[in-house]
Amino acid sequence: MNDSSLQPPLKPFLGLMPWRQSLEAAFLPIGALVVALILFGVFCSFAGANPFGVYGSIYKAAFGSWSAWQNTLIRAAPLMLTALCTALPARLGLVIIGNEGALVMGGLGATAVGLSLGGSLSPLAVQVAMAIAGMTAGGLWIMLAGALRHYRGVNETISSLLLNYIAIALLNHLVEGPMRDVTFTTKPSSAELNPAIWLGTLPGSRIHFGLLYGLVVCVVAYFLIARTTFGFAARTAGGNVRAAKIAGLPVGKLTLAVCFLGGSAAGLAGMVEVAAVQKRVNESLVSNYGYAGILVAFVSRHNPLATILVAVLLGGILASGGILQRSHNLPDATVLVFQGIVFLCVLFSDSLYGRLPWFQEAVSHD
Amino acid sequence: MTEPTESLGLLGIPLGILAGMLRGSAPFLFVSLGECITEKSGKINLGLEGTLLLGAMSAYAVSYLSAPLVGDFFAPWLGVLAAGFSGLALGALHGWLSQQRRVNDVATGIAMIIFGSGLAFFFGKPFIQPQAPQLFTLDWGAWSSSPQLQSALRVSPLFLLGIAIAPLLHWFFRATRWGLYVRAVGDSPQAALAMGISPFKVRMFSIMAGSFLAGIGGACLSLYYPGVWTERISSGQGLMAVALVIFARWNPIQCLWASMLFGGAQAIGPAFQSVGINSYYYLFNAAPYILTLLIMIATCSPQQTLAGSPGALGKED
Repeated sequence: MNDSSLQPPLKPFLGLMPWRQSLEAAFLPIGALVVALILFGVFCSFAGANPFGVYGSIYKAAFGSWSAWQNTLIRAAPLMLTALCTALPARLGLVIIGNEGALVMGGLGATAVGLSLGGSLSPLAVQVAMAIAGMTAGGLWIMLAGALRHYRGVNETISSLLLNYIAIALLNHLVEGPMRDVTFTTKPSSAELNPAIWLGTLPGSRIHFGLLYGLVVCVVAYFLIARTTFGFAARTAGGNVRAAKIAGLPVGKLTLAVCFLGGSAAGLAGMVEVAAVQKRVNESLVSNYGYAGILVAFVSRHNPLATILVAVLLGGILASGGILQRSHNLPDATVLVFQGIVFLCVLFSDSLYGRLPWFQEAVSHD
Repeated sequence: MTEPTESLGLLGIPLGILAGMLRGSAPFLFVSLGECITEKSGKINLGLEGTLLLGAMSAYAVSYLSAPLVGDFFAPWLGVLAAGFSGLALGALHGWLSQQRRVNDVATGIAMIIFGSGLAFFFGKPFIQPQAPQLFTLDWGAWSSSPQLQSALRVSPLFLLGIAIAPLLHWFFRATRWGLYVRAVGDSPQAALAMGISPFKVRMFSIMAGSFLAGIGGACLSLYYPGVWTERISSGQGLMAVALVIFARWNPIQCLWASMLFGGAQAIGPAFQSVGINSYYYLFNAAPYILTLLIMIATCSPQQTLAGSPGALGKED
């Protein structure tokens, strides 16, 4: 394992690279965000809104006050978790986009456990059981995509996406049928969770404990990938599958394990949404946190620490959707357009790696 | 649902599925043919889901806005053209971006899904309410007294156009110089380059042509069946088409059969509902997704590449 040729090209890990290249890894995504903001402003002005007014509104609604910060962080919490569902398998070279489905399965699993345990145990024990159920459900869901990839050669991007639709159909089936609470008439839903087991809020704020879950899981994921043998094996297999097999790495088990971990992060997001926001499970659980999580993962270049930062940024943008509608008369899909522009700009910025002369080390010629 | 359905009894189920095959397979057909052209050149376009949505929206909007100017007959056809060209524009963006250095075509596709559906929802908001003129249909069921059969046999000329394009495309790939260029680039861009063909240009054209067709697929949704514009109109059909092309082994004629299979599968839920079986409605509605997954499990193999697969598909340049 000491053979350096087995090492995959080190991309975004700060501290493992010469400083100019580290700077490049930070500069390009930030540059892409700035360019995306400019393009978005142009788009808004074509749609008849004053771009500077729009920027101002986004800033105010996202980061302008303590109340805005709270809105932003509440949205950032599930994003951190769903992003890992794409970011962790990406280390293995897999493109998994089943985040929404894993979130839904996690929410369903957590609700089922929360409803059946109710107040029978101490609230903390029930919450732990719910979290485990959510993580298991989401993890198995994505592990299925990983297993199909490894054992049957099924394209994991397409299969994980199909699993999203199947999970949503399952959710609809359960809340219309077996899990339905007939006394709740607003929309087909499960029964409400016992208030004793709702996730609490951080002292002095409206922010629920899900934010803490997100932060902890992201940090743990970073150390797992960057600082452990397991993470090294996963990165090796992601860099070159054949080399990894020759070196004796169990690629199949790695695939399953990493997919399970990714899915369980998104499943935990489902549990958080159910236990802290929705309090019961219904179609509102499908709220695009999964798809936005894909974007977060790509913008943060699949680095779990960068994910935290990007999730807060995107959480702010999502929080400003309502304001754009009210004060600039822009439809709520404006936020989606902005996400699309950001995604495209970030992808293009990837092609500039190693092309900007200032960031290159003077001595390297190959 | 209605009384004549009950008089048909369980016969309503196969009839509903047949109707689905004739009505619901048109978008699958156009998107899968578009994806087929794209993949033959060695690139994947997952963004056709967004293209489908933007196509559906532009077709509906143009049909609605141009109806007072050109009349109810020509307006939807202008809509079809608009759908194609909106697809073409998205295709140009995808084609250019996915061929940049270090840019992955799958990731670009995901970005294009978000961008395309964002544009469609952004511009489509004012058109959710009004009713746009629809494409005319060929009523082949007029001889029958059964309203189900009549509506099942109301066939769109767009679907017939799609059926005509499939063998034409097959011939194009087999027998024309340009078809050979596309296949050569898809199998080995280096060899094509040595022949003096520019892989960049060929892929650009293939992706744009494919996206044009996918845009027309969107027009089938909003101007024929179900014939409305809503934000949930496509629900993954663009992505299923990608799997469908694998199932059809990159053969345009087999794309036709596969599309009809998928159109039928999509109608299972509504067909059961029409005869009063409601309890598993949502699970039946998931049938196309489950079918796609099962087909991919059955046809893919971890060891070898599939027969008919373009050699350079999914490989870095």
